[in-house]
Amino acid sequence: MKQLIALDINDQIYEVPVDPWDLLSDVIRKKVRLTGTKKGCEQGDCGACTVLINGQAVLSCLTLAIACQGKKITTIEGLAEQDGRLHPIQQSFVDYGAVQCGFCTSGMILSSKALLDSNPKPGREEIKRALSGNLCRCTGYKKIIEAVEVASETMSKEGVK
Amino acid sequence: MGVWDKEQYVREGVPPFQDERRFTQVGKSVPKIDSPAKVRGEAIYTDDIVLPGMAYGRIKRCTEHAHAKIKKIDYSKALAHPGVLAVLIGDEAPKKWGMLPQTANETVLAVDKVRFNGEGVAAVAAVDEETAEIACDLIDVEYEPLPVLLDPFESMQRAGEIQIHEDAPGNILHEGEQVFGDVDKAFKECKYILEREFKTNMPQQGFLEPQAALANYDPQNGQLRLWSSSQIAHYLHRQISDVLEMPMNKIRVTVPTVGGGFGGKAEACVNEFVACLLSRKIGRPVKVTFDRSEVFYTNKGRHPCHMKMKIGLDADGYIQAVDFDNTLDKGAYAGWGIVVLFYSASMIHLPYKVPNARFRGRCVYTNKPSMGSMRGLGGVQPRFAMECMLDELAEMMGISPFELKMKNAVESGYTAVNNMYVPHTEYKRSLQKAVEKSGYLEKHGKLPFGKGIGLAGGYYITGTAYTLYMSYKPHTSVLLRVDTEGGVTLHCSAVDIGQGSNTVMAQMAAEALGVHFEDVHIQSHDTEVGTFDLGTFASRLTYATGIAIRDAAEKINGKLKEIAAGLLGCRADHLAIKDRKIYSIYEAERKSMEWEKVVEIAVNTTGSLAAMGHFSPPRRRGFDLTSGKRAQGANIGHSPTFGFSCQIFEVDVDLETGKIKVTRVTESGDMGTMINPMAADGQVEGSIVYNLGACLYEDQFFDKDGIHLNPNFQDYKMPTIMDMPEMDINTLTDSYDPTAPFGAKETGEGAVQPTFPAIVNAIYDAIGIRFTEVPITPEKVLKALKEKKKGK
Repeated sequence: MKQLIALDINDQIYEVPVDPWDLLSDVIRKKVRLTGTKKGCEQGDCGACTVLINGQAVLSCLTLAIACQGKKITTIEGLAEQDGRLHPIQQSFVDYGAVQCGFCTSGMILSSKALLDSNPKPGREEIKRALSGNLCRCTGYKKIIEAVEVASETMSKEGVK
Repeated sequence: MGVWDKEQYVREGVPPFQDERRFTQVGKSVPKIDSPAKVRGEAIYTDDIVLPGMAYGRIKRCTEHAHAKIKKIDYSKALAHPGVLAVLIGDEAPKKWGMLPQTANETVLAVDKVRFNGEGVAAVAAVDEETAEIACDLIDVEYEPLPVLLDPFESMQRAGEIQIHEDAPGNILHEGEQVFGDVDKAFKECKYILEREFKTNMPQQGFLEPQAALANYDPQNGQLRLWSSSQIAHYLHRQISDVLEMPMNKIRVTVPTVGGGFGGKAEACVNEFVACLLSRKIGRPVKVTFDRSEVFYTNKGRHPCHMKMKIGLDADGYIQAVDFDNTLDKGAYAGWGIVVLFYSASMIHLPYKVPNARFRGRCVYTNKPSMGSMRGLGGVQPRFAMECMLDELAEMMGISPFELKMKNAVESGYTAVNNMYVPHTEYKRSLQKAVEKSGYLEKHGKLPFGKGIGLAGGYYITGTAYTLYMSYKPHTSVLLRVDTEGGVTLHCSAVDIGQGSNTVMAQMAAEALGVHFEDVHIQSHDTEVGTFDLGTFASRLTYATGIAIRDAAEKINGKLKEIAAGLLGCRADHLAIKDRKIYSIYEAERKSMEWEKVVEIAVNTTGSLAAMGHFSPPRRRGFDLTSGKRAQGANIGHSPTFGFSCQIFEVDVDLETGKIKVTRVTESGDMGTMINPMAADGQVEGSIVYNLGACLYEDQFFDKDGIHLNPNFQDYKMPTIMDMPEMDINTLTDSYDPTAPFGAKETGEGAVQPTFPAIVNAIYDAIGIRFTEVPITPEKVLKALKEKKKGK
């Protein structure tokens, strides 16, 4: 029996009918139609479906949508400024060539955001650990680390959250 | 402009108007044009698309057997289930498909029997995914299991008893031989001879976006549209036309954003046919998206190779002969098989001079998923063998592997005995640079036990010389349009799979037209909006589109120059176009006009400007003029030009656990001009980590019945960010191939070639054990260490 739940996604309330077993990734993609959240494996192995729940990086393919009521969900679409300006992490991913096919990018950026919010000046090893659950098959990771380092500098300089 | 701009290709003392290398748009690290949409999550991939009335397709797979006769398929319960719109079985689309029309032997869904675990036997279309899944469970299939052949040698041996394909006696797809020179005689005169056997694994591409296809057949006008995550819009277009028995001009293929391919999407895929067939059946759009296990079941990964190689050197260390025998595990269907077989044959001819060479090889069917084209197709396995053996031969001679490789390395203008022609190479400088940057000569053989450094080189083609079906048409065509409304628009159906071809095409078009890269709009990824292109494989796009773009731009420039010449009062052939200006190369100050102004005048006088440009690779096939013999191996391996590279790996071997940690990689490559250095570096870094995984842990496993044991990312391990070594990329910034468009050659497939042998040579340097089988897992390392200890 479907039930109507309210999800707070990117500061907007969406009322969606869900089954108790519906996964957050599916609800975000198919019912809310925010397709920036990607599904690469549906088993929690690849990290492409990463979203933020109350600021923590979470795998939305292992999370039940029904359990997310009353929580603040951020997807990749919620990161840029209101006027469309990119968040510093997004900007540095563009500028430093950290994007190739783009399928891991949403998850990479959100995992980076969770890291930088809790640890604004992470060391290289800390960055690696924070992104270790996000697979990227294209870049070899080097430019992703560089982008996160640059974003960390920009964010602390500009006081961006 | 980007942040990684490297030195420009400016030569002292050459006036700018005579310097074809003085680029303003090429050689710049501009961010990729599609990255802003990707970081916002706005890039649309195939599975993101929903059409009105869209149904969901799903494939019923044979998960219980790897080889079995299909006795009966009963889908009546599925069809009666509410919400199910149609069921499709193999008999309804019996036409065989495959990358090479000569060997096409795969059907959309299994007909009469299944040949690998996970092969599709039926498909359903339903109103939603859940219903489609239930319907698949409601289909009853009765099988009669057949003996399962998993090893190519066993497959050949038992072919009399059990044949995988009726038309392939011996279970062999193809067997071939190539002989150049007199190998046996040459070996007799060699001082150093080494013979070794090597075995490689079965990694798969590991792109993150599972295949997805959405088809929409319009019964009113008989037109079919297909959106699919593919690298090969054209070959897909052709095969859909073939299997659905519809003319190509009634089909339009559009490729949305592609989430990685690495060759895995360089072949038509079952979901594409199924989506089209179901859509035609029900007159509604149908989407078929794979889950990860389906990607594994149908993956067309790297052919496992059983290789025997023999190399002979003369007393001075010059290679005199190479004898190479290769048995490839083909898996269930032909696909790219023959191409891979003969690519592996061609790989012994470069990057070293080999005067006598013999190849014998066979591609053997087994009951595994079909192997296909995986990044660096045909090259990775023989490169592994050859570079490891040269390392050992150098040791036999008592010289450095670097010295041996320098001695034998090819030079620009070299023609190999198999007629492969190398117009340009800086391979020696790549070797030198990597050695110098890594301190290889100071470290090699001198590091403490457990630590090692290894060197290997490699090369790869810059596009193929031939189409996969017989044709003389150009491999790439572009249409350039210039007008006062849209500015510059470049049409080409080439597909960007993340490597950045859209960006590179924009940079090249801007350079060729004398405008800025942000002025160029790209219309690609579509067989109707874009002009003809063969596809994204064989590291071909930069070169092929570059030549076509230059061809088209010259035509546009000619028209603009004629108009400007009249207005400026000078000769048209004295005019140059750069940085949005048309100016006289002799009186740039006095005689100059804004490019946009000239375009406006041109459009007002004769209308919008448009020009086609084409690329046809040089054909080296045919008869050898001196010997009169027909060239061997259908000229697979030939290419307009080649990229080269050297990688030096440093490893730590944990003597307690057997785990190998790659600590540092120093790379130097010759890819000609880097159109976009940042993107080029990204290709190299990505390549290194990509094949590091396949060398140390990636592999697919099957039980004795052929059941796939690790069709998921939990059990199929790929490198994470924790496995990333320190990478020092030193692509030669002044390499320039004068025969190539803007001097540019390939990268992205060449850079995966040296990785296996460089790691394996480093492991030898660390612990004195030469591994001849990949992946080199901790278990193998521990076992080898134990045996070594016992031996002492």
